[in-house]
Amino acid sequence: MNFITMLEQISSGMLNTILIFFLTLIFSLPLGWIIAFGRMSKNKILSSITGFIISVLRGTPLMLQLMVVFYGPYFLFKLPITNWRFPAIIVGFSINYAAYFAEIYRSGISAIPVGQYEAAHILGFNKVQTFFKIILPQVVRIILPAVTNEVITLVKDTSLAFTLSYMEMFTITKQIASTQTTLMPFAIAGLFYYIFNLLVSFIMRKLEKKLNYY
Amino acid sequence: MSEEKLFLEMNNIKKSFGDLEVLKDISLSVHGGEVLSIIGPSGSGKSTLLRIATMLETMDSGSIKYMGKEAVHVENGSLHYAKPHELREIKKNFGLVFQSFNLFPHMSVMRNLIDAPIHVQKRDKEEVISEAKELLKKMGLEDKEAYYPSQLSGGQQQRVAIARALALKPNVLFFDEPTSALDPELTGEVLKVIKGLAEEKMTMVIVTHEMSFAKNISDRIIFMDKGVIAVEGNPDEVFNSDNIRMQEFLGKLKHE
Ligand SMILES: Nc1ncnc2c1ncn2[C@@H]1O[C@H](COP(=O)(O)OP(=O)(O)OP(=O)(O)O)[C@@H](O)[C@H]1O
Ligand SMILES: [Mg+2]
Repeated sequence: MNFITMLEQISSGMLNTILIFFLTLIFSLPLGWIIAFGRMSKNKILSSITGFIISVLRGTPLMLQLMVVFYGPYFLFKLPITNWRFPAIIVGFSINYAAYFAEIYRSGISAIPVGQYEAAHILGFNKVQTFFKIILPQVVRIILPAVTNEVITLVKDTSLAFTLSYMEMFTITKQIASTQTTLMPFAIAGLFYYIFNLLVSFIMRKLEKKLNYY
Repeated sequence: MSEEKLFLEMNNIKKSFGDLEVLKDISLSVHGGEVLSIIGPSGSGKSTLLRIATMLETMDSGSIKYMGKEAVHVENGSLHYAKPHELREIKKNFGLVFQSFNLFPHMSVMRNLIDAPIHVQKRDKEEVISEAKELLKKMGLEDKEAYYPSQLSGGQQQRVAIARALALKPNVLFFDEPTSALDPELTGEVLKVIKGLAEEKMTMVIVTHEMSFAKNISDRIIFMDKGVIAVEGNPDEVFNSDNIRMQEFLGKLKHE
């Protein structure tokens, strides 16, 4: 196999990697808010259940969670899993990352002084207005560095999709490497991940600068 | 507006935090155009009283009326609020200036002033902006509308906070130690602004440790001690009171 074919095959996997990356972010960033609200709920039962779920999601390997999500429907309910591979990856990644984002959101919210809520209340803002106008913009700025860290980890974690033999970049890379007995594919893949993350950090730093207006 | 009109009536307010009885049956009323100062030692319940008046804190018993309309009362140990739409109207009657300003750091000075009038009171944006400019001018901050709170001194921030409260045109404005978070050289500019409001007959309730200021601008002063109103009257009456706690309090201040 020549270098160009190798590159072509690996790049085709890159598209799937990027797809996992974006779909995971699209689902986990909002889902994280729902989990965070559950965790911060005044309802003791809801908040402890959510707390437990978060700790399990953060305390067990993502690889294991992917397995459970993929094989669970069959083992538990005898459901067919033929077209389930890709959705299972997205579900597994999204839930796992949502748990991490939830904790980040929660720490951001608890960093907002109670005086901000009181001022908003006295001025007559309702709860929804207070959250979106007063609290959220401040939280976003506080949590952005922590979110950036997670996003960079996600770029690398997409390679875990290989455990479900999904044809993303790392799975393909491994296949080529073992049939061709060369390290070259790993070097190419490594470079891809590295450039991807350079781009991600560049964009996030731009965003942080933009939010540093006050 | 008749100056006789009762703007605020608080009756038989009681409040405990756990075993600590912070307010023991307090009643007070504020008339239109009146400046009422509340003084007293630390922990006597002044902030708690303001927080109950502005409904940031609940009470254990008593009732609160604004402009003759009941906002909340306690019956059989539970709070009964006015109907939501009435309560919303009643809450428009008052504003509060905090010790720590509590400006919104992510909004410019202008947006701090206009956001609530536009989005809560649904008033015309152009009109709100031009009124906000007037207010900033009155506060001596006409050149600061595009600044963010973090770019201002404490005294400037507190004046923005006062302007923000005034932008909603409240009938009564509460202040909880508006200058105690400020460096001494910055308190003057804030006190001057409040004095200006007093001269315009703005109805105000001011918790303060600035005795000469209280003496100077108040129509009436309340001295609170251990959860009760120990002395009440015009500045002369209060400062010349022979109440022992009051004298101790003034004595301590002199020695500071
Ligand atoms: N949320 C709360 N929970 C428990 N105790 C409280 C709470 N708020 C106030 N207290 C207590 O109630 C008492 C009265 O407090 P308050 O803040 O009203 O006093 P203050 O007269 O405003 O004092 P200062 O001059 O220091 O501001 C204090 O002993 C305080 O510790
Ligand atoms: Mg206080």
